[in-house]
Amino acid sequence: MTRTSDITAAAEITAEPLVDLDVVDATLRAALDAGGEWAELFAEDRESTSVVFDEGRVEEMNSGRDRGVGIRVTAGEVTGYAHTSDLSAHGLADAARTAAAVATRQPHGGTVDMRSLGGNALAEPRVAVLPASIGAERKVALLRAADDAARSSHEAVTQVTARYGESRRRILVANTHGVCAADDQVRTLFSVGCVASGDGGLQTGRETVGYTVGWELFDDHDPAELAERAAQRAVTKLAARPAPSGEVPVVIARGGGGVLFHEACGHGLEADLVRKGASVFAGRVGSQVAASGVTLVDDGTMGPEWGALAIDDEGHPTQRNELISDGILTDYMWDWLRSRDEGRVPSGNGRRQSYTHLPMVRMTNTFVTNGDIDPADIIADTPWGVYVAHLGGGQVNTATGDFVFGMTESYLIEDGVITEPLREGNLIGNGPQVLLDIDALGNDFAMGSPGTCGKDGQGVPVGDGQPTLRVRALTVGGTAA
Amino acid sequence: MNGRRQFDTDELAQFARQLCEQAQGTEQIEVCVSTGRSTTVRAYNGDVESLRSGHSAAIGVRVITDGRQGFASAGSLDTDVIADTLAAARRNVMFGEPDPHQGLAEPDDVAPPGLDLSDPAVLSVSDADKIAAAIDLERRCLAADPRISGVRVAAWSDGWSQSALASSTGICVQSEHGSCSVGAQPLATDGDETQIGYAGDAAWRPDELDIDRVVTESTSQATGQLGATKPPSERVTVVLAPPVAAAFIGVVASVLAADSVLKGRSPFADRVGEQIADERLHLVDDPTDPTTLGAANFDGEGLAARRNALISAGVLSGFLHNAYTARRSDTASTGSAVRGTRSIPGVGTHAPVVATGDIAAGDLHASVGDGVLVRGVSGLHSGVNPTSGDFSVGAWGHRIAGGQLAEPFREATIASTLQRMLLGICGIGATAEPLAGGMSMPPLVVADIALSGV
Repeated sequence: MTRTSDITAAAEITAEPLVDLDVVDATLRAALDAGGEWAELFAEDRESTSVVFDEGRVEEMNSGRDRGVGIRVTAGEVTGYAHTSDLSAHGLADAARTAAAVATRQPHGGTVDMRSLGGNALAEPRVAVLPASIGAERKVALLRAADDAARSSHEAVTQVTARYGESRRRILVANTHGVCAADDQVRTLFSVGCVASGDGGLQTGRETVGYTVGWELFDDHDPAELAERAAQRAVTKLAARPAPSGEVPVVIARGGGGVLFHEACGHGLEADLVRKGASVFAGRVGSQVAASGVTLVDDGTMGPEWGALAIDDEGHPTQRNELISDGILTDYMWDWLRSRDEGRVPSGNGRRQSYTHLPMVRMTNTFVTNGDIDPADIIADTPWGVYVAHLGGGQVNTATGDFVFGMTESYLIEDGVITEPLREGNLIGNGPQVLLDIDALGNDFAMGSPGTCGKDGQGVPVGDGQPTLRVRALTVGGTAA
Repeated sequence: MNGRRQFDTDELAQFARQLCEQAQGTEQIEVCVSTGRSTTVRAYNGDVESLRSGHSAAIGVRVITDGRQGFASAGSLDTDVIADTLAAARRNVMFGEPDPHQGLAEPDDVAPPGLDLSDPAVLSVSDADKIAAAIDLERRCLAADPRISGVRVAAWSDGWSQSALASSTGICVQSEHGSCSVGAQPLATDGDETQIGYAGDAAWRPDELDIDRVVTESTSQATGQLGATKPPSERVTVVLAPPVAAAFIGVVASVLAADSVLKGRSPFADRVGEQIADERLHLVDDPTDPTTLGAANFDGEGLAARRNALISAGVLSGFLHNAYTARRSDTASTGSAVRGTRSIPGVGTHAPVVATGDIAAGDLHASVGDGVLVRGVSGLHSGVNPTSGDFSVGAWGHRIAGGQLAEPFREATIASTLQRMLLGICGIGATAEPLAGGMSMPPLVVADIALSGV
């Protein structure tokens, strides 16, 4: 492939803040004048393009543009929020007063603390080549190459969908405590889904790559190879037998199961859920919550991973937060509101889907660090069980820790050897129990596929990862006796 | 067009029509525009936790030239944005590839149901009343049972939207309506154990919200799960409680959309006229019932919304079509285009309805003898493969022993295929229970489902 990162991109340098800083200042003052104790302005400008290649041709090319501002005002425990796509000084002042109206339910009576805005209201994209600077014909060419590769890889492949997506999200956050920060987030994604047809019906396979990078994504990732892997996954499953039903030892391949930790314990370590008693991990800092050797980290600085950010959506720099250290729960994840109440600094985990949403505690890139066992030894040491090469999405009940997630590619392990492919099924387990039941941790850490976390209906990009590991027993929701 | 003021629906329609008039030569243009406002209140600890409100505007432009399609959208109706959006859609056309079946919907002779859905009642609710409703919901959940220890979320939401859709093929329709909803997530605690429940409702009018049901359902979910254990793995007869039955029926209806059929991604392709379900099952999509939030006068391409039979006495009646899938299948659209302002119309259901059966509510558990009642499922988005039909989802509920409801279970899965599940239906409740949004559903009894636990 042609390397693109040495091509000079016509990178658009952001010359002006999303909202003029005098207007930002006046808007924040209007919110305080209307009764607020603290106020924040979040401005967002998002552009996205996607191309869908289906049935051997370009089916859709879509572009979208969104621009708007959300004003958050607090007084005591009460939060008011108003969002608008009217970016005029008048429109923003209106929104500020609307947001402040509810806050006057708790008159604070104290001195209002309005500090001058510090920081940097300008940000440049941290990518080599802006995807928008690349002609659409090159994007279509990659999709066609993926389609060709999938179809020619195996005669059982009957349908292929390839998708290309790029987004650029520029944000500006300022608040009355002097925070003023900007970020320019560019993400690029490519996915291929295949249908294979056989005597037993239809089976599907999907592969996705996505990073917080620009067009240079394709320096390291060949769409044709991705397509061949997706096709192979679908074809392999044509011969799959029903997955077992009941408690089974489960080995999860490196990078294939980080979502387990996102669901099994990540959400339970979000301070907003902890504070409301809706987390099974509430009150357990300092306790052993996982097998010794298990260290869980959430790291928003981890460029170029899918969940990477320079700042969170409250203007705080992201950071590496060690949540579980060698099995001991060390901390939760925090946004501004929850950390204010605890008198601590935020951990850079305040995120929101868009300017129309209130921020809350969210994960970024969540992963389990390396152990010291050769992954081959973990499989060889498993007399019977399930080997999960790839997991799909999941869901958790944070109050109990019960979670499910789908096995999109899995195999039987018999006498220490990976044998037959298994049909799709869900795994179900209990987060706190699974953490304690990890009985082997490999030394082959890898991040997994890009994900979208949908907490409370707000979608944000997240990453996850882990080395090959084994859980002593998980319930596999198959149909085999 | 100046995006700074509010438009009435006639103005939106006129604006959409004018933009379509810019079509040149063989070019077709479809414009969907909408404006809306919404409010969400969350209560916590007896006071308002947050109140969020805002205005929104959106435009989606679809351009089709010689069978090639392009689409662009934006979250604003400012003049410069509109011009950019049309230009972007035209640019995107250049990279589309010709498909002889591609084209906008043409007006047909089907009359819309003429529903009056623009009830202004929701507009008369003040912010103070919305806050009071959320606080009251939290209070009532806390009072419902001494084991309710808190309420993670008690929320009120409402919205009002206006939209218009016009096309250069002569379609021009508009709609305006409000709706409101409530939802609660109470926590039940017993010793070290905490369980969470959820229920919600949505309606066209505030006085149609069934708050009693939300309180009872959400709190009984939480308390009913206290002491639940993991069940043994076995093949069982399952009673799907109405919300769970509705979730599965929604998945079944989605695989009867013609786009997945045409693209070889439906397990029911080529099966029209065949027995795909037990003969007790009758499934229709009915957007003409104005009491449900799925009611509509028009579909996402501006054609009349209509009642469509999908499964009659277990026999597959047909698939749902939009204009594109109909043209490709040499049939007529069933008025089943579904879309948001900012997306290309797909195919889907408006309001799927299952006919009630003959098992009286009091006889339901006795009819099963031994089995499980599934009150809730999780991981539906990852656990159902709509192409192969395989499903395996997290499940919780109660065991049924000797015809009686018995102890609760959790941390289990139920698994089968959609194909086997439809044929395995062995009973349907005689009473359809109300669900959120004015929908209702009878409980379904399904034989031979794999329950996985210990």
